[in-house]
Amino acid sequence: MITFDNTRKSYGGTTAIAGLNLNIARGELVVLIGPSGSGKSTALKMINRMVDHDGGRILLDGQEIYSFNVRDLRRRMGYAIQSVGLFPHWTVERNIATVPQLLGWSAERTATRVTELLTLFAMEPAQYRTRLPHQLSGGQQQRVGVARALAADPDVLLMDEPFGALDPVTRAALQLELKRVHQASGKTIVLVTHDIDEALLLATRIVLLREGKIAQVGTPQELLSAPADDFVADFLGRADRGLRLLSLRHITPLVVPSLHCACVENSIALTATVREAISSMAVHAVSVLRVVDGAGTTVGHVTAADLLAPAGTRTP
Amino acid sequence: MGQPPHAPTRNPVLAVCLALGLGAAWALPFVRVAPNRLLSGEPVFLAHLMGTSAWLIMGLAIAALVWAVLSPQHRATQSLVAASMALLLALLWALAARHATAVAQAESPIARTALGAGFWSLAALTWLACLDAVGRLQLRTLPRLAALTLATLPLLFLLASGWGSDLSILKEYANRRDVFGTAVLRHLQMVVLAVLPAVLLGLPLAWAMSRAQRLRQVLFPILNVIQTLPSIALFGLLMAPLAWMAASYPVLARAGISGVGLAPAVLALILYSLLPIVRSALAGLEQVPVAVTISARAMGLGAWQLFWHVELPLALPVLLVGLRTAVVQTIGLAAVTALVGAGGLGAIMFDGLFSAANELVMLGVVPIVLMAVLADALFKALAALLESSAP
Repeated sequence: MITFDNTRKSYGGTTAIAGLNLNIARGELVVLIGPSGSGKSTALKMINRMVDHDGGRILLDGQEIYSFNVRDLRRRMGYAIQSVGLFPHWTVERNIATVPQLLGWSAERTATRVTELLTLFAMEPAQYRTRLPHQLSGGQQQRVGVARALAADPDVLLMDEPFGALDPVTRAALQLELKRVHQASGKTIVLVTHDIDEALLLATRIVLLREGKIAQVGTPQELLSAPADDFVADFLGRADRGLRLLSLRHITPLVVPSLHCACVENSIALTATVREAISSMAVHAVSVLRVVDGAGTTVGHVTAADLLAPAGTRTP
Repeated sequence: MGQPPHAPTRNPVLAVCLALGLGAAWALPFVRVAPNRLLSGEPVFLAHLMGTSAWLIMGLAIAALVWAVLSPQHRATQSLVAASMALLLALLWALAARHATAVAQAESPIARTALGAGFWSLAALTWLACLDAVGRLQLRTLPRLAALTLATLPLLFLLASGWGSDLSILKEYANRRDVFGTAVLRHLQMVVLAVLPAVLLGLPLAWAMSRAQRLRQVLFPILNVIQTLPSIALFGLLMAPLAWMAASYPVLARAGISGVGLAPAVLALILYSLLPIVRSALAGLEQVPVAVTISARAMGLGAWQLFWHVELPLALPVLLVGLRTAVVQTIGLAAVTALVGAGGLGAIMFDGLFSAANELVMLGVVPIVLMAVLADALFKALAALLESSAP
């Protein structure tokens, strides 16, 4: 879908991107991450030519992006940024309708699409479509920002630290929503963040950048279990790497079905991660947790020993 | 009923108006009566003109003012003050008009009754008190405009029914009825011909300056210097090149361009308008959030779409302030253009100055002031409407 082929970019004498090679497949959610100045944001902005690369190539569906008209290129890609940038003088509806209108969609088609998107982001359309941006909370503004980016059903969604300015609770909610939207829509998403937990939660693949070069590319599991070098290990948080690994696994396969353990007081949801289960055990100072399903019915229990056992070695 | 903790319980504005008004009525001549239009007349004071009904209305107005100064600021009080000030304004005119008619009948038809400093001060103070009272009603934009229009109705009614036709200023008007109409139109024409091109020129300039720091460093000093040039000097400076151009290119001369008249006047007025317009447009453009322009570009808006749909609407409130300044300033400066033969109300004013006929000067000046006040009020209302319809 998107290919960086030895792409380079420098500002004055400073190299921002020093020969980037990366192939992003359709439907991936690739997270670009790295310390400040690693070139993650530049790499993202080069895709829709908010920044122009000055060496190598960037291909969209096999074609160099310079071969497209820049406005057409941008209208094919959604773009969401940390500061959102909603048009303050337009209603939510008109904001979302920006690109559809540029593309000349009919009024009905646009209105239907707005309804669809507001519903997708759990905002009651009748209530919110006529609001102005300043009448929304920060989280709602960013939802509308992402909805606007998705409005014309673009192939690619580019996101530059989209949740960076939100409070932790709202951020977590929006991360889950984005994950759901990605799975439901199958869009190719490229997201820049400096938050490693966000990257581990969302990414199908993580690209860790360092001084304009790729330090390591891989799935969250690959990066956590086999960091390429000290830099990667440090970036993943040397001390917390194990815990982060645990946060990638769910407790579901580790649950021991048992109906007689209602005596265990502390419970955890079936959908929890291993990390959450361990954390709960630490909080309550227990080594066994009762597991309940969505309806609150006990389905079994998990033990600390099973949670921490290497994958596949659990005692029956 | 309790007042909010910081609600003012006294009204210093009205107190000052009242004190100054009483002083003006006592010390300044309300009208002057002269045997003909060129001699300066004998002063006549307000107290001399008052009849029973006048004392009645005046007493009512003063009572309302005193009450409003001393009592808590209720809406009913403000409405009463506004209404009595509207009546008082009409009364002042009626008193002067009645005296003028009496003089014209008793002495001679060429005797002149001119409005004196007392009249002008009292009229101004009365209007000020009315503005203050209407302002304290805290109405929305349109109701406020309606209330102020309503307050001028008693005076307008008197004027329309012929009261004051014996006053010197209206005699001057009657003598120059045709010239006056043409002058008002010419004045308005100059304002439009100056401000419209200044906007059409100033907006692109401000847009370019918002993107190029260098351009800003070059242009602002130039505009500042233009602003400091005395207007008469600028007219003079423009006369020679325009005359030369008209002489060299007959096309221009046939289009009405020449060294005197409308061309140098309008050109100078455009130049003067540029600074407030460019400065406010630039300030407006710069307060558009960067995130907004970035996401607009990233969504594929072109430069023109960005300007027209995003930057201009967001810059408009600030731009309107500059536009208001430019219009009010141009209305005033256009008076001076009479010196290069551009006509307008300035021509009437200078006629009066050169023939030492004060009332003729007033016939030129009063409409200019009214025009400026009206334009100022309209732009303020427009800005308020814009603000109430946007965040």
